[in-house]
Amino acid sequence: MAGSTLEIKNLHVSIEGNEILKGVDLTIKGGEFHAIMGPNGTGKSTLASAIMGHPKFEITEGSVLLDGEDVLEMDVDERARAGLFLAMQYPSEISGVTTSDFLRSSINARREEGDEIPLMKFIKEMDEALDYLEIDKNMAQRYLNEGFSGGEKKRNEILQLMLLKPEIAILDEIDSGLDIDALKVVSKGINKLRDENFGCLIITHYQRLLNYITPDAVHVMMQGRVVKSGGPELAQRLEAEGYDWIKEELGIEDETVGQEA
Amino acid sequence: MTVETKLPYDKDYINQFSGDHQEPEWMKELRLQALEQVDKLELPKPDKTKIGKWNFSRFKHTAQGEKISSLTELPPEINDFLDKDNLPENIIIQRNHSVAYAAISQELKDKGVIFTDIFTAIKEHSDLVQRYYMKDAVSIDEHRLTALHAALMNGGVFVYVPKNVEIEDPLQVIFWQEDPEVALFNHVLVVADENSSVTYVENYISHNNEEETVANVVTEVIAQNNARISFGAVDNFASGTTAYNNRRGVAYRDATIDWALGQMNDGNTVSENVTHLIGDNSISNAKTVSVGRGNQSQNFTANIVHFGKNSEGYILQHGVMKDKATSIFNGVGKIEHGASKSNAEQESRVLMLSEKARGDANPILLIDEDDVTAGHAASVGRVDPLQLYYLMSRGITQKEAERLVIHGFLAPVVNQLPIESVKEQLTQVIERKVY
Repeated sequence: MAGSTLEIKNLHVSIEGNEILKGVDLTIKGGEFHAIMGPNGTGKSTLASAIMGHPKFEITEGSVLLDGEDVLEMDVDERARAGLFLAMQYPSEISGVTTSDFLRSSINARREEGDEIPLMKFIKEMDEALDYLEIDKNMAQRYLNEGFSGGEKKRNEILQLMLLKPEIAILDEIDSGLDIDALKVVSKGINKLRDENFGCLIITHYQRLLNYITPDAVHVMMQGRVVKSGGPELAQRLEAEGYDWIKEELGIEDETVGQEA
Repeated sequence: MTVETKLPYDKDYINQFSGDHQEPEWMKELRLQALEQVDKLELPKPDKTKIGKWNFSRFKHTAQGEKISSLTELPPEINDFLDKDNLPENIIIQRNHSVAYAAISQELKDKGVIFTDIFTAIKEHSDLVQRYYMKDAVSIDEHRLTALHAALMNGGVFVYVPKNVEIEDPLQVIFWQEDPEVALFNHVLVVADENSSVTYVENYISHNNEEETVANVVTEVIAQNNARISFGAVDNFASGTTAYNNRRGVAYRDATIDWALGQMNDGNTVSENVTHLIGDNSISNAKTVSVGRGNQSQNFTANIVHFGKNSEGYILQHGVMKDKATSIFNGVGKIEHGASKSNAEQESRVLMLSEKARGDANPILLIDEDDVTAGHAASVGRVDPLQLYYLMSRGITQKEAERLVIHGFLAPVVNQLPIESVKEQLTQVIERKVY
């Protein structure tokens, strides 16, 4: 079997005692691109953060397995080294640490001690990726995300994705705040990684990203659950008709978490 | 209650000491007058740090040090300070109270630059030293420690840059307290005459973790009209040394004094860095990094006093505290009446790595003039868990993530140090102290 498999089973997640996710089931295999759509406040970003191990979220029930290994038992860095990657919606700014030093540390973290990436090889790979994403080379020497525009932060997340080559990537609203040109560049970067060994979960609430990255499956989240799944045509229908028809079909009045009838 | 501070060094001792060094009469008189004042003056009172019981009186006053024949034969303790690929042309290594090695390029000599140990300077450039020594910057009678310093001064260097001379390569000095009980009453005097510029970098180092002693250092930095002085330092006394380190600058019209100080002592320390912006349009940037560990108590003051119009003072203090270390950071901007259009900015940031460490950041603005701008920021906090989460989400271990955040936190000052090897050396010291 090519690539890795990420299995999310009956996942329940709370923050400060409030349950946000109420039983999410989803399986992503190498070679597959899944999109999760849904209005704001339905638990999409919580799912992404919980899988990566964000310190604020508490898993109260369910499991997350990567190739059968229990992800929830791993520390955040172990999850990354096992092959997971999360492009964050709000990446931290780290003053005094250059983007380049951070990238090199990240690459070396998944290599054995004594087998660090040679400096010239690293620079070559980084420069190629910077060019591919049409990022100014100065960014490598700027402090990580410090003073970056919204668009620069998003490109930097995709830059990391391209250099770290994870097995499974989760992209949390990578399209928000991007103009159409930036959206095209970011999509180009993601599509470059597309092969049978790479699985991707794309979280968005706009269909327009999916014009550039065609998903194999589309899932809609409401009230902390996946309420509907389908093919790419589901995204197109959502774009044309909005979410009301799903709410009607399922008898949901308010789709946000905590508003269940 | 104050601890008995009666010194075993009296008038006869000072007479003898001054005579042994063939000092001119004015220096001997200065010492003797200072000695008379020692008992009359109080210890300094650094804000929020009690130093009454610190050791300022148990030490050995003199010790010689062996010569070093060449920079390629340095003992490992000090080898790290030098840039191996580009050995400095202008360097003084003071070992205990002896000059172990000294060099100055012919080019600088020809231009009239003086770069020599303080005793030689007092003999050979007596008038010049006398004109500045404890006059415009630090006064003898400020408190007991300045008087004690003046009476017992036993080492240091003198730098003089004549008018219109611009020195590109840094002047480097290493003060090596090799004898574990010997005290450093070190005096550094840097004078840059009109339109000149110089970069000076010094390192203090000792290894006395068991034995007790004292460092009582006074540094006076004078920038005449339109002179530029860049002053870098790494203080690295071991835990047995109680350190009083007073670095003071005086900047005249259009002059600039920039400080980059790595305050890495392991013992109790009072470090004050004060710059007087006397002239119009004078500027000072004071950047310091500090690390506290073990049980040490430290008090750091960065103070810029504006007298000249349109003068600018910027203070940036970054500190990391671990174990049970206690540190007070005072960032003071004072704008005197008449210093219109001046700007005073200060920022103090303290990163706490343990529950039991204590850090206190006090930004203080004292403004006696209406037409000025000023600002300050201060924070005391822990490593941000979301920063760690972000770094770790890329596979970086928690330990390495913390290391990156701490280095990043201290980088704004570390990167200011003008000599690459000293920058690396400071990074190593930080590494050793933090982990």
